[in-house]
Amino acid sequence: MRLRATMIGSGLALALLAGTAAVAQQAQKVTVAVTAIVEHPALDAARDGVKKALEDAGYKDGANLTFRYESAQGSPATAAQIAQKFAGENPTVIVAIATPSAQAMVTATQTIPVVFTAVTDPVAAQIVKDRQAPGGNVTGISDFSPLEAQFDLIKELVPTAKRIGVVYNPGEANSVALLNAVKALAPARSLQIVEASAGRTADVSGAAQNLVGKVDAIYLPTDNTIISALGTVLNVGADNKLPVFTGDTESVQKGSVASIGFDYFQVGVETGAVVVRVLKGEKPGSIPVKNASGSNLVINTKAAAAMGVTIPPAVQARAKQVIN
Amino acid sequence: MSLIATLGAIEIGLVFALVALGVYITFRVLDFPDLTVDGTLPLGAAVAAAMIAGGVNPVFATLAAIVAGCLAGTVTAWLNIRFAILHLLAGILTMSALFSINLRVMGVPNIPLMNRPTVIDFFTWLNPFIAILGLPARPTLRVLALLIIVTVIAALLARFLKTEFGLAMRATGANPRMARAQGIRTDMYIYVGVALSNGLVALAGALFAQTAGFADVSIGTGTIIAGLAAVILGETIFRSRSIVVAVFSCLIGAIAYRLAIALALNAGWLGLRASDLNLVTAVLVGIALMLPGVANPLRGLFKRSAP
Repeated sequence: MRLRATMIGSGLALALLAGTAAVAQQAQKVTVAVTAIVEHPALDAARDGVKKALEDAGYKDGANLTFRYESAQGSPATAAQIAQKFAGENPTVIVAIATPSAQAMVTATQTIPVVFTAVTDPVAAQIVKDRQAPGGNVTGISDFSPLEAQFDLIKELVPTAKRIGVVYNPGEANSVALLNAVKALAPARSLQIVEASAGRTADVSGAAQNLVGKVDAIYLPTDNTIISALGTVLNVGADNKLPVFTGDTESVQKGSVASIGFDYFQVGVETGAVVVRVLKGEKPGSIPVKNASGSNLVINTKAAAAMGVTIPPAVQARAKQVIN
Repeated sequence: MSLIATLGAIEIGLVFALVALGVYITFRVLDFPDLTVDGTLPLGAAVAAAMIAGGVNPVFATLAAIVAGCLAGTVTAWLNIRFAILHLLAGILTMSALFSINLRVMGVPNIPLMNRPTVIDFFTWLNPFIAILGLPARPTLRVLALLIIVTVIAALLARFLKTEFGLAMRATGANPRMARAQGIRTDMYIYVGVALSNGLVALAGALFAQTAGFADVSIGTGTIIAGLAAVILGETIFRSRSIVVAVFSCLIGAIAYRLAIALALNAGWLGLRASDLNLVTAVLVGIALMLPGVANPLRGLFKRSAP
């Protein structure tokens, strides 16, 4: 009798458990579709960060999560087509990486939640109307470089610097926004900005060489074209003892002197956290757009020596990562 | 493939049908391989977007984009005719100059057009019909509006190529020496043809900016490839000597090319990755090009009853 009661009881309990598990499973089965304008180490790291944040929140790809990814391979026409494809598939949340992909996505859907990331100026790009109250179905994380900290660092490492050369692609919206901000903050630090534009990776080498003798240091913003040709600028720097600084920290690992910049994996994790909030039922339009946090100081002592920069112990002590 | 994705592919296919028509005029009619189009597509987008963002009526902005494209084409033709610069090189020169000009026109590399009036707004009278069909409203409206615009332009172009003027242009491309011997001023026809071609491509750029919601200086990349692929795909599907069929096959070719890309985007089940997109598209187009050597199942459908 007791055995039977226990059996029925545990049977009921099991059924109940299975039932709630099934309900939970049902409720949490979600699809996150990610699109990026191009495959690129920083953008790929952002995508992987989103996936990590989802995993940490209990969304496992293949189990209760379907994770999709499409790259437009650099073509805005393809980005528009991917946006239409996602709009038709009606995923739970769409993540759009970089400005053209985000613009195409916002045009394609007014209902499916869109979380953008790696967009420098979402208001100027009309992806959202207002950072504090985006409204509608869109929110996200922007990645405007911590320029003030970066230029203070350049002053600290190269105290004699008066003129800084900035190599940028005039065809990239993000880079132009950064250049204008750099020009605005330079006078207060008694710096003079010398522009060098390069529309294609093939022009980067010439643009950097043209700066030799005219500037005391070179600064490269987070510009896809320029960073793709990073090696040529680093060679110019090493050959002429001209220190090269970058807006991103990954380039420091490849040989620029130093940077205070975003870890794009971390930016992706922050973006993923927003995705999770939306999955849990928050309206994207009521989540303010945040600038990515988590900027780290990374220095490369070998590159610094090659380019004639001595790194003070104080700076070295502050660094999150030192590459020898 | 979802309905929206299919509509999206047709929408972008229709925009690029205008590129195909432009490329058809230069490559096929005039035998003048013109690479200017990589610069005139973003030029059209830049002019239209800058003007619409500045509050100009979208129809006027679109017409201004066409004029700008025609001017750019005229420059290429001028470099070729006046200074005997090889047509390929003349096109490349204009195209690279246009990159800087496009930046000047826009002032910034990217102009968003979300929530701005566009030429599509003039077709809202179609909405009741779309509601009856039960199709998604906004994407269908864009497709129908583009379908009307592109069909009218293709019909006008076919009609133009059948006039005496058009015939002389075709003669210029087919055999310039013979054409000159017949008293045809070949230079003038090259000027008009290349200008017209780039005007059409600029119109495509203007429509892309208005339907996709933004103009970006980078949208020109690969325009010539997309245009050529559409022309050749169209020719593969319809083998015909008729100029009307040839013009309309450009439309079908452009849509087929975009559907191939949509298919490639949906080829995940084959174990393909996002980075394989260009390869998959190339293979799909390549297969279409190989078909005439084997057997084209579509051709029988469109063949005239008896020779």
